[in-house]
Amino acid sequence: MKNTIRQVFHSPKFLVGFIIFVAILLLTIIYPIFNPGNPLQQIGLGTFAPPGTYVSLYDAVTTGTSTFRLDDAEANRLAQVLTDDDRISMVNWLTAMDVDVSGLDISDTEALLEVWFANYDSTARPEGMTNAQRNYYVRLNNNLLSMSTAESLTVTQPDDEGEPEEVAEISDTDYVNVNDVANVITLPLGTDNFGRDVLKELVSAIGTSLLIGLVAGCIATFIGLLLGLLSGYVGGVLDDIVMFITNIFTVIPSFVLLILINYSIGQENRGAMVVALVIGLTSWTWTTRSVRSQVISLRNRDHVNLSKLSGHSLVRIVLTDILPYIASYVVMAFILQISSAILSEAQLSLLGLGPKTTEVPTLGLMMNWAMLYSAHLGGKWWAYFPVIGVIALISFSLNLMNTGLDQVFNPTLRD
Amino acid sequence: MKGYRKYFGKKIFWFIITFIAAVILNFVLPRLMPADPVAGITSRLAQGVTDATAVQEIYQRYAEEFGTNRSMVEQFFIFVGNALHGDFGTSFSQYPREVSDIILSALPWTLALQLPAILIGWLLGNVLGALAAYIRKGFDKILMPVTMFLSAIPAFGMAVILLVVFALTLHIAPSSGAYGQGMVPNLSWNFIWSVITHYQLPFWSVVLVSIGGQAVGMRSMSIYELNADYVKYARFLGIKDRKIVGYVFRNAMLPQITGLAMSLGTMMSGALVAEIIFSYPGLGSTMYDAVTSADYPLISATTLIITIMVLISTFVLDIVYGFIDPRVKAAQYD
Repeated sequence: MKNTIRQVFHSPKFLVGFIIFVAILLLTIIYPIFNPGNPLQQIGLGTFAPPGTYVSLYDAVTTGTSTFRLDDAEANRLAQVLTDDDRISMVNWLTAMDVDVSGLDISDTEALLEVWFANYDSTARPEGMTNAQRNYYVRLNNNLLSMSTAESLTVTQPDDEGEPEEVAEISDTDYVNVNDVANVITLPLGTDNFGRDVLKELVSAIGTSLLIGLVAGCIATFIGLLLGLLSGYVGGVLDDIVMFITNIFTVIPSFVLLILINYSIGQENRGAMVVALVIGLTSWTWTTRSVRSQVISLRNRDHVNLSKLSGHSLVRIVLTDILPYIASYVVMAFILQISSAILSEAQLSLLGLGPKTTEVPTLGLMMNWAMLYSAHLGGKWWAYFPVIGVIALISFSLNLMNTGLDQVFNPTLRD
Repeated sequence: MKGYRKYFGKKIFWFIITFIAAVILNFVLPRLMPADPVAGITSRLAQGVTDATAVQEIYQRYAEEFGTNRSMVEQFFIFVGNALHGDFGTSFSQYPREVSDIILSALPWTLALQLPAILIGWLLGNVLGALAAYIRKGFDKILMPVTMFLSAIPAFGMAVILLVVFALTLHIAPSSGAYGQGMVPNLSWNFIWSVITHYQLPFWSVVLVSIGGQAVGMRSMSIYELNADYVKYARFLGIKDRKIVGYVFRNAMLPQITGLAMSLGTMMSGALVAEIIFSYPGLGSTMYDAVTSADYPLISATTLIITIMVLISTFVLDIVYGFIDPRVKAAQYD
């Protein structure tokens, strides 16, 4: 036993898969310690806040400031305000007035503004331009001018008589240290459509999905092992009956059964564990088949016959003479069951038949929400891409572990 | 003909048995649940209706339509009889469209998308897997981790990634539907071209996912065969490498065909979910719409059609296998 485990951990494939899997598992255990709280709490009001650090504007006003005079501050400020459409319009105006814009990069704000201020003339009438368009350029130019001659902003608050009273004056050279601001929140993966912290939700979802995989995998492996051992070892009518059922359920896609059962259970009764149970109950056929064929090849070995002659009970023979020989197969089947159960949950949730949405997040539910709110069409990658990545990483690590085990126990497959 | 007859007879027997089991399950599973489906539908439909007699009337109507006021056995025969006529009732969500009408318009899209995609993915995967096993060294070292990671990405995930990269970022493929918006299906060149461009992303997302899974299996199968005694013997005899590889490939292919038959259901369900991402008008999207709008007759019919599709494909694969497998052929001459 000890030797086998040592051998397994010498397989590089198994080791890599194991490390990835343990890393994911550790993340689900350690992250909530540092960032406790309800993963489904809606911290944001809007939908899909992009990843980043959010500084409270309210607190920043009253935080002590330092003054910095940075050369590129103004250009940066302008670049932030100037949209791509505005930039293209500016180049259009310049070309219409026969200004040479070759070699001008519109993302280079400083160069663009230099050419613009040198050539713009509000009285000019470029050919083919309507009044409305000319007015747009006047407004754009005024905006740009007011941005470049920065005046201080004044923050006021109504006093007892309702008259505005100055609270702070903010000049364009004022900076606050993020560490001094009372309220700063970092959202490494932004928020989702409900305004929840995606990273916190994701970590919790990984935990739930792994649990679903584990529970479903245990149920499926247990049923598969039991039926496989019985039908393989006992044989006869029992074997016929078990194989009859198994053959039917191997061909009928389990996904269809999952849809029918989950739909019938109804949204209200569908907790994460119920879904895990249903997945487990519909995915044991593979294990049954492989265990049965293994047992049949073992059934007439000498050591089994010896046990039989010694009058050992069926349970004892199965436990001591057969189970140890097929243990490696069972472990490999179990690993594959976990990964396919996680995938099944995700697919069911995408169809709207996953666990009920109010209790716990799962990877499938997160994906479902992201798709329902068209995160993929709106470029909100943080809402769906980490979920896909995590699902892929979990299956990848489990498959690697499986291949590694396969190579250890089937020497012909070794590299 | 004894060997073939025995083999095919057995396969046909199992096809019929599983077919009957599938129909029974499709009928029984939803009705086994403690919740009364008609009550569920009524409560959803009667939201906001305060008149108790009106609610009662809605309940009565659907109880009549489903025949839930009759015995289980009677219901079953009505269900089978209707299904044989292709009558699956009327859709709730697309009232007054017939369910069979909705299914018939979705089925060709799913068939045209999934059959070629799964077959091509399977073929490419097998070739790549065999090459990886034969060449080993660098090719294997790079290819295997890549295909393993590819196979780990779920089909819907691959669909989202392809959609975002090729449709929304590079703008070289349309993002949803099976043909351009506002087009009426006809045989013009314009329409066909639109169908082809819309076909690409769903097609490749299924192909890429199936390549991964098949290549991994084929690789270990080929390595196993390459180490077999007959290969060593053939080498001793001085038979050309190319010829040996041909034999190895053929022998390794056999379990892959069985593997395809066994995993067809899983692959198809993955592809069905991927359809939703592209709003491809096939059975997957139909099912999604049916689930979201609680359209019970449509769900029941879609699941039945999908099961039948998988059953028939598996059966066809079994028949093909019978012609290829030398063991069945050998039984022929006994």
